[in-house]
Amino acid sequence: MNTGAVPGRARRQWRRPPLIADRRLRWALYLSLVLYLVVGIGSLEVNWQRVVDGLDRGAAFAGALLRPDFSSRGPEILEGLLESLSMTLTATVIGLLLAVPVAIGAARNLAPLPVYVLCRGIIAVSRSFQEIIIAILFVAMLGFGPLAGVATLAFASIGFIAKLLAEDIEAMDPKPIDAIRASGAPPGLLLNWAVQPQVLPRLAGITLYRLDINFREAAIIGIVGAGGIGATLNTAFDRYEYGTAAAILLLIIILVMSAEYASGILRERLR
Amino acid sequence: MPVWSEQGRRYWKRLSGRDSLLRWFGWLLLVLLLVWSWHLISERTIWVFVLDAPAQGADLIERMFPPRWDYMPQLWRPLWDTLNIATLGTMIAVLLGTPLAFLAARNTTPSVTLVRPVALLIIVGSRSINSLIWALLLVLIFGPGVLAGVIAIALRSIGFIGKLVYEAIEESDRRPVEAITATGASAAQLRLYAIVPQVLPAWVGTSVYRWDINIREATVLGLVGAGGIGVELMASVNTLAWGQVSLIFGLILLTVLFSEWVSARVRAATI
Repeated sequence: MNTGAVPGRARRQWRRPPLIADRRLRWALYLSLVLYLVVGIGSLEVNWQRVVDGLDRGAAFAGALLRPDFSSRGPEILEGLLESLSMTLTATVIGLLLAVPVAIGAARNLAPLPVYVLCRGIIAVSRSFQEIIIAILFVAMLGFGPLAGVATLAFASIGFIAKLLAEDIEAMDPKPIDAIRASGAPPGLLLNWAVQPQVLPRLAGITLYRLDINFREAAIIGIVGAGGIGATLNTAFDRYEYGTAAAILLLIIILVMSAEYASGILRERLR
Repeated sequence: MPVWSEQGRRYWKRLSGRDSLLRWFGWLLLVLLLVWSWHLISERTIWVFVLDAPAQGADLIERMFPPRWDYMPQLWRPLWDTLNIATLGTMIAVLLGTPLAFLAARNTTPSVTLVRPVALLIIVGSRSINSLIWALLLVLIFGPGVLAGVIAIALRSIGFIGKLVYEAIEESDRRPVEAITATGASAAQLRLYAIVPQVLPAWVGTSVYRWDINIREATVLGLVGAGGIGVELMASVNTLAWGQVSLIFGLILLTVLFSEWVSARVRAATI
């Protein structure tokens, strides 16, 4: 048996297949990436002197994170947090109440075409703008304060909850609907007995998830005047009160983490 | 399921007496919380302004149309900055988040007791702070400008990419890993040949998805001075130039739709 390499014959080697199979496309992508990096980074206008000057402040803030100051602005922080939390709860409930009819209208298996188009339109409008942009508009309309925040978060929740709920309604089992319809039930009872039992667990999960998101957003829309802890944080930064700012940041992190953890556990149970 | 008889007929309820009492108190607690929250918000609202809202809203819309088209030439540069903030920020986050994911995944981390908790802590910390808050902090340190925006986006995205990629790594199939181990591969070769090919599609999908989100977030970072089109938005809002605001809104909407289209195309191609 010949154990050595066969003379005059190249060794076959295996190579890992590349991510993009087409060779020309691959190199074109690499080239445009390099080109973009050169142009993109080149067009950044950075004042390096200012950056170097700022490093001291960065160090001061990092120090403040280790020694957060909860007490000197304690009442303001507490007020801001309570405001954020109550905005979150109110907005989620209002958003949920408004989202359910929109979701039913946006489910193709329940709604006639004109209603479907209208409701999908509402969802698209509500979802396409950032909360903070909506907040600017509501602050201009309703004045500064938490009510503008509630309106913002409720508006954004409508699109979010309605979209996910409508998807769930469209994916449900059609057999119970046929059965209830065959019994001669009017549309209201149809929703109550055929649709509601199938989508309720998922709706509860979606709402908890949105509650979690709304708290995160409630922490920032205060920057444009829509109430909550964001305003307190912004003020702390404006006054260079690093200790207070660090305390608020740590509180936000703790609350966001525990909200995510709690909503995760609850959603797991609902499944 | 409690069943009882009454006058010769049998009845059933879904919940036992104790369970339904508990539920009733749960709902009562929620309603009380809601009332209290609404009270707090209502106290801090100037209702005269709110009653005026429909008129204010109509006025706002009237001033927004027609948009000031001649403002457009001033927006190209901020728009380019916005795209840069999102893209460069995502690139930095991918570069730093991918190794972090390998340190955080249970099956690839060098040490479950020492390295993994640190990596998870970085991921959680990065994820629970909104990029707008990161931007607030970084503008203070680096001064207003695009650099603060790029770093804010990167800091927020590291945790996102780290989390989704490390979950993909942990879910990867064990069999290729065992096969490559059996060939006597080194630790680096093991990751390159057994794990990387499995998580590559998820990695591309996650990165592009985050880029899409980052485009949205980059449009508003300017509100706190971190560069991009948000700077123009804030300036227009502050000077009540609503014709410019509506033009910027339209531009943001187009940009967001574009990035969503790109991300959907790339994800469809890789998955």
